[in-house]
Amino acid sequence: MSSKTKRKPRVAVFKFASCDGCQLSLLDAEDELLGVAGALEIAHFPEATRAMLKGPYDIGLVEGSVTTHHDAQRIQEVRRQCTTLVTIGACATAGGIQALRNWKDVDEFIRVVYATPQFISTLKLSTPIAEHVPVDFELRGCPINKYHLIELISATLAGRKPNIPSYSVCMECKRKNNVCITVARGVACLGPVTHAGCGALCPSYDRGCYGCYGPMESPNTTSMANQFHILGQSDAQITRAFRGFNAWSWQFRKTSEDYEHK
Amino acid sequence: MTGHTRTIRVETLARVEGEGALYIKLAGERVTDVKLKIYEPPRFFEAFLRGRHFSEAPDITARICGICPIAYQMSAIHAIERALGIRVDPAVRLLRRLFYCGEWIESHTLHIYMLHAPDFLGYQDAIAMAADHRPAVERALRLKKIGNRIVTLLGGREIHPIAAAVGGFYKVPTKQQLHELVEDLKWALDASLETTRWTASLEFPDFEQDYEFVALRHPDEYPFNEGRLVSNRGLDIDAAEYEDHFVEVHVKHSNALHSVVRGRGSYLVGPLARFNLNFNKLPQAAQQVAREVNLSVPVKNPFRSIMVRSVETVFACAEALRIISEYEPPSTPRVEVPNQAGVGQAITEAPRGILYHRYAMDDKGLIIAAKIIPPTSQNQKRIEDDLRDYATRLVAWPLEEATWKCEQAIRNYDPCISCATHSLRLTLERADAGDV
Repeated sequence: MSSKTKRKPRVAVFKFASCDGCQLSLLDAEDELLGVAGALEIAHFPEATRAMLKGPYDIGLVEGSVTTHHDAQRIQEVRRQCTTLVTIGACATAGGIQALRNWKDVDEFIRVVYATPQFISTLKLSTPIAEHVPVDFELRGCPINKYHLIELISATLAGRKPNIPSYSVCMECKRKNNVCITVARGVACLGPVTHAGCGALCPSYDRGCYGCYGPMESPNTTSMANQFHILGQSDAQITRAFRGFNAWSWQFRKTSEDYEHK
Repeated sequence: MTGHTRTIRVETLARVEGEGALYIKLAGERVTDVKLKIYEPPRFFEAFLRGRHFSEAPDITARICGICPIAYQMSAIHAIERALGIRVDPAVRLLRRLFYCGEWIESHTLHIYMLHAPDFLGYQDAIAMAADHRPAVERALRLKKIGNRIVTLLGGREIHPIAAAVGGFYKVPTKQQLHELVEDLKWALDASLETTRWTASLEFPDFEQDYEFVALRHPDEYPFNEGRLVSNRGLDIDAAEYEDHFVEVHVKHSNALHSVVRGRGSYLVGPLARFNLNFNKLPQAAQQVAREVNLSVPVKNPFRSIMVRSVETVFACAEALRIISEYEPPSTPRVEVPNQAGVGQAITEAPRGILYHRYAMDDKGLIIAAKIIPPTSQNQKRIEDDLRDYATRLVAWPLEEATWKCEQAIRNYDPCISCATHSLRLTLERADAGDV
């Protein structure tokens, strides 16, 4: 290999509408951070550094959803600058909690919150990045699992597919030997339809999964909703259960709309 | 020099949470305009909380901020419990304090070493700083990790933890699990003392302001979740009276809506305010190290907030050890909370300062109104006031250095712009929108 091909891969982090939590995951990888920083050139990561180097970048990590005209244009430029574009977290992959506006009159929202509504420029919908540009990999979760992020960066650098399973939270519960809280205690739990990645956290802490990793690869949300109904949940409760941090993912969206209009 | 106009402009503020920009205009030796601008898009939390059940509020509001989700969970839970007249087990109360200790340790350490110290030492970031200050950065990472370990044990994960609930916790740790933290925390206590001495060795600009400091005050404790809201200018109120005393005003020089104390003006929330108003509630170890490094009340130099954060980290480590030594698990992790109508307010101390929540619920337990005022919204006017004075001292400096110093002055407040835009209090004005 020539010395030119050995240059460190350039990584950039971009933020759209979000809470900053997913990019913080990188700084929360305390044991790996200095190693990662040694293997990469962190070219653009405003949360962590003043140095902001111009593109192009080898890997772009995009956090947040698109909610303004300006951001809808900005993501096009970001895509052009990045060889590999990865979205990190529920906002970037599914529109995030702010996608709850998508079922409301956003102008009314603005009037509720702001004294001077005419100053606010926003789109009617909060949408995931993949609705705007092609995305090479989507990392799920609200927030993402930091070990997935490290795996994803390593895999991208090695040119292999990341080893990040897309089965359901139930598989993680089984692996932890958790007793099923739905079967044993009748707790409503979205685990069967939710993408793995958290390590079955909520069931391990005696509460039902609330779906923060979004839909698994082939979720039967209709059957899930029926199960919630059997457990005594009202149509309004079922609607809210699917209308959380991944509400705009089409599978959760369809079920919440079915129950909202029942 | 008079009449010579210069502009300090930072289009993307770095090492802050969220997206902001800075614009300062100098005419000769006068500062004619200061704008801390926020162009991060609004997210409308107060609007979409309406119609949700109160039990969902801690999980939803946590998503306002990935840096201080526990603060949002604590303010939401306490406000709702007040609305519904819920009393929790004393052990639950202690666990909530311990939970906050974890967040303060990780958030303060992140800010001290990774966001703020590079300014003092002239590095773009902590990674570059690590090349020359490796032991300090390694200490930071280990200390931060211990804070996160507390949060992860009590809450399941560092960011958007899942175990805190209205009425208590979904699950509480065993005594054994907490005792497993002790060795780490003893190291952390020493490391935070070391951090305090390390920050004391930094160089501080000679800059003091006459602040109104606003923080919680509790009769027996350094404040987290409870206490009256007090200031050094006579404020002494319950959380329920907050909206009578603080208002948002439109200021002339920008289109910003700023939070002010009614009839007085800007105020400061956060470590400096807490320290100055509650010094005698700090544990001995924290008081002693503060004296050792000549940090005495009232601290009026905002650049010294990095030292105060270090002292508060000493407190958080000592407090965590105290709580663990006293802990007996509660009889039940959480009490039943029936659906009923009510209105409740709470203020808790986020790492960056007071976080106010108000909720009104109907008889089905559904939220009919919510109001959230994060610390950065409250400090915004104060940051601009600091800059208006500070920038006049930088007129003779080369523009690039003056710009960096102004950025540092903003970072004194550890601003969280993601919080401030949960429902934006500024107009959406882009720094790159031409002549602004």
